[in-house]
Amino acid sequence: MASRLTALWDWFDSRMPSVAEEWRKHAAEYYAPKNFNFWYYFGVLSMLVLVIQIVSGIFLTMHYKPDAGLAFGSVEYIMRDVPGGWILRYIHSTGGSAFFVVVYLHMFRALLYGSHKEPRELIWIFGVLIYLALMAEAFLGYLLPWGQMSYWGAQVIVNLFSVIPFIGPDLALWIRGDYVVSDVTLNRFFALHVIALPLVLLGLVVAHILALHDVGSNNPDGVEIKKTKDARGRPVDGIPFHPYYTVKDTVGAVVFLAIFCIVMFFMPEVGGYFIEHNNFIPADPLKTPEHIAPLWYFTPYYSVLRAVPPLFTSQFPGVLAMGVAVLILFFLPWLDRSPVKSIRYRGAYYKSALAIFVVAFLVLGYLGVKPTTVWGQFGFDAFFLDTKDRATWVARLCTVLYFAFFILMPWYTAVDKVKPVPDRVTM
Amino acid sequence: MRTLLAALLFVPAVALGESDYPLERAPIEPRDLVSLQAGARTFVNYCLNCHGAQYMRYNRLTDIGLSEAQIRDNLMFTADKVGETMKVAMSAKDGKAWFGVPPPDLSVIARARGADWLYTYLRTFYRDDKTPSGWNNKAFPNVAMPHTLWTLQREQPAVQYDRTVRDLVNFLVYLGEPAALQRKSIGIVVLFVLGVLFALAYAMKQAFWKDIR
Repeated sequence: MASRLTALWDWFDSRMPSVAEEWRKHAAEYYAPKNFNFWYYFGVLSMLVLVIQIVSGIFLTMHYKPDAGLAFGSVEYIMRDVPGGWILRYIHSTGGSAFFVVVYLHMFRALLYGSHKEPRELIWIFGVLIYLALMAEAFLGYLLPWGQMSYWGAQVIVNLFSVIPFIGPDLALWIRGDYVVSDVTLNRFFALHVIALPLVLLGLVVAHILALHDVGSNNPDGVEIKKTKDARGRPVDGIPFHPYYTVKDTVGAVVFLAIFCIVMFFMPEVGGYFIEHNNFIPADPLKTPEHIAPLWYFTPYYSVLRAVPPLFTSQFPGVLAMGVAVLILFFLPWLDRSPVKSIRYRGAYYKSALAIFVVAFLVLGYLGVKPTTVWGQFGFDAFFLDTKDRATWVARLCTVLYFAFFILMPWYTAVDKVKPVPDRVTM
Repeated sequence: MRTLLAALLFVPAVALGESDYPLERAPIEPRDLVSLQAGARTFVNYCLNCHGAQYMRYNRLTDIGLSEAQIRDNLMFTADKVGETMKVAMSAKDGKAWFGVPPPDLSVIARARGADWLYTYLRTFYRDDKTPSGWNNKAFPNVAMPHTLWTLQREQPAVQYDRTVRDLVNFLVYLGEPAALQRKSIGIVVLFVLGVLFALAYAMKQAFWKDIR
């Protein structure tokens, strides 16, 4: 039997040797630093979630109806009458949030260890493009259940485009395909969500990984392992991705799936953060909910949007600030002028800046899920803080801190007092 | 559109038919079949006349320990076949004409409102001559719905009425997500399998990584 299999493989390999070659290039002989730590799980976990979303999504499309009259009911049909349908739906809804959890942690890893720095700028750029595509994918998909939050969330976000000077209103109309979010919008968002954006995402993920494998992985020390090679030309501190990291990532994947399953089987709504309560009310174009909040993964940027005051009654500055807050990520590799990569050898300035940035980002995220009056109930006033505006002022402060992290980066990373970097990785 | 956006983003949340009335914790017990069955009886007798539950099939009620014959004989007033969904005979148009708003479908009302809100709402109706129905509600001021359970509240001692509402809310929570009953038990099995898988994966990782230091 074994010899027959070998013969079959030889037959295949002699006709298409590139399969074995790619396997060697990207797995068996791809040398990854041996000192990867906890933070290095989230790349592979992002890919795992992408696969989970694609597979569960395929099965959901078999039962879902992208029709304004049927969409809400078809989701309930999936939840009740399709065998195992509720599992599929909860996998997909939990996966949507899980995607952002792992991607945010993956991006934070880059900030920790300087993975965006030379020679990995392209990997970072492809990563930011993936993040943008993921935001679009999540936004489009969120309309599909056709609940109140789906509807009004889409209404608000499409309207953001309408404040762009000159072309705005036509652009928003073009996106919607109608004067309000309607059946037409639902149908096209469905098409974009199930095929257009997934193709873009897959292509970008391939580019991200090819770019990574060309220059090699960074590591927690920020040391280039290719600088120290053995007699056979292999990095001394590198180990083959397969089997070492395939077995290690398997452990990480199982732990991740356990957490994933705890959420989807025991708390799929996560208190309204993964599935909003208002989304169990069918979309009603005539009834605006009193509080419209996007899902948690958009709320930091939603806070930025709300924090920026209008200019001459135009909301454009807020929309611009929100857009710039995301797009500024592209410039990170050139804003960071530190001679070292890893936080282990960076100075106090970068460490403090990163800590402040994380806190500001989390506070913005928290404020984004709340009405702007959230902190109005405490009865103390500062001289400029009107009680009901306190949350807005905190959001403004955090918005400034968010941008300061990037804008001041060329200065504080240049003057920061860095520690000497070792020649080899440390375990 | 700009004004709509401005209104959505910058106007402080104004209460629309909502109030900050403190909610009481609903003492529901999702595994108590007797309570669920009592709730189902109240539901079909008092709610299903105006509200539908159009995504719920009658025969799904076998989940809560009823046989199809019991469902057919005791709970089906407007449907012919046990596989039908819990539709309501009253049209949405009539509902709008009679109440101002069509009574909402109750299939997933517990997931939208929450058990505590429903439990509080159904127990805080009071007489109000200023409303068309003569009833008003503390948790939902100026609600269009009259106090449908008022005969029950009049006939029963307060403790008994609370229990009736408790059972009804328990049923509404079940109605919102019938799969919830199996969900947790399947989850425990899945987590057990993942636990075994973790032990194997971890042992494999340790075996492979022995020589790396």
